[in-house]
Amino acid sequence: MLEAANAEYLMSTHQPTINARTAPVSPALPPLRIGSFTLTSRLVVGTGKYRDYTTMQAAIEASGADCVTVAVRRERLVDAEGRSILDFLPLERLTILPNTAGCFTAEDAVRVSRLGREILEQLGNPGAGWVKLEVLGDRTTLLPDPVGTLEACKELVKDGFTVLCYSSDDPIIAARLRDAGAASVMPAGSPIGSGRGIANPAAIRMVIDRLKLAEQGGSAEYPVIVDAGVGTASDIVHAMELGADGVLLNTGIAHAQDPVRMAHAMRLALDAGWHTARAGRIPRKLYANASSPWEGVITHIPGE
Amino acid sequence: MRIELNGQHKELDGPATVAQLLLTLGLERAPCAVEVNAQLVRKALHHTHALAEGDRVEVVTLVGGG
Repeated sequence: MLEAANAEYLMSTHQPTINARTAPVSPALPPLRIGSFTLTSRLVVGTGKYRDYTTMQAAIEASGADCVTVAVRRERLVDAEGRSILDFLPLERLTILPNTAGCFTAEDAVRVSRLGREILEQLGNPGAGWVKLEVLGDRTTLLPDPVGTLEACKELVKDGFTVLCYSSDDPIIAARLRDAGAASVMPAGSPIGSGRGIANPAAIRMVIDRLKLAEQGGSAEYPVIVDAGVGTASDIVHAMELGADGVLLNTGIAHAQDPVRMAHAMRLALDAGWHTARAGRIPRKLYANASSPWEGVITHIPGE
Repeated sequence: MRIELNGQHKELDGPATVAQLLLTLGLERAPCAVEVNAQLVRKALHHTHALAEGDRVEVVTLVGGG
C-alpha cells in the first residue's frame, strides 16, 4: 500500500537511468527548492544538544547540509565564556533557519520569528527571509498545536516570511497550512527527540500525496520535509521512500555516541532513500520466488 | 529608573535609549535583537528609542536548536 514508486511526484524528479560504470558513487541529487530558497542538500540539521561546538561543527560538515536550524533565546547577560554559536557556524556558506521552538501561542511565534529575522538581517544571512514555524501544544509531547500553527502561519506570510511549518502527520491540516501560504509543510515522523522514526507511515504518505498529487489538489513541486523523530539512518531512508523531499533532524545526530559518523550515515541514507523511491521497488509477496532457475536442477525437489 | 530586563529587575542610572542599554551590557556589537513590551525595536531605532519606567525589555540572540 505504501509503495510509492509510480506516484507522479516521484517520476517528475526521476533522473535518467544511472550508468553504473560511469556514475559517481553517489550522483548529486537535484537541489531542494522552498519558496525562493534553494538548498544543495536535502538534509537540514539542527544545532542543539551537542556536547560541544567543535563536535557540532564537524557533524554539520559530515552531514553535507547547507542549511541549519537555530533557536532564539535570551542573551545570557553574565556569560563568562562569552562564546556564541555563531562563531562556530560557517555563515558564509550556510543558510540559517531560525525556529520558533518553545512557542505555545501564535502570538509568541510571530514575536520570536521577527526577533530571529532581526538578528539574521544584522548578520547579512539569507535566512532572514524565512522561519521554521513551531507552535507547540505542550511540553510533554511537543506536538504541534494545529490551530495556533495555522494562525501564526497566516500572520507570518502576511509579514513577508517564507514559512516552513512544523506540523502533525495529518493531511487535512497540512493542506490548510499550504493554503495559508506555507512554503513547505514539515510533518513530524514522531515526537521531537523521541527517536521513534516514522511512527505512522500511512499518515506521512497521505500528507505527501495530499500536497503533491495533482488529483488531490497538490503539486509535484511542493516541498514536503519530514521533521522530527529521526533516530537512525534507516528512518531517513523510510521518509524518503515515502516520497519526502527532504528530512530535518537534530537529536538523532547530536545525541548519537559518535555524532560525526552518524551525520555521515544520515547523509548516505538520504541519498539511498531518494534513489530507492525512484527505482521502483519490487512488490511484497507472501511466498518465495527463486532467484536461480529451476530448469536444469539435478536434485530431488520435495513434493515433486 | 527601573526596568525588567530578560525577566529580572534592573535599575538604570538615568534615562536611557535601547542603544545605551546595550552599551552598558557590553552588547553593542553582539548580534542580538531587542523587544520592548513585546514589540520589536529594529536596530536602526536603537539610538532613538527611549526606555520608560517599568518597560519589559528582552535582549535575545541565536542559540543551538532543532
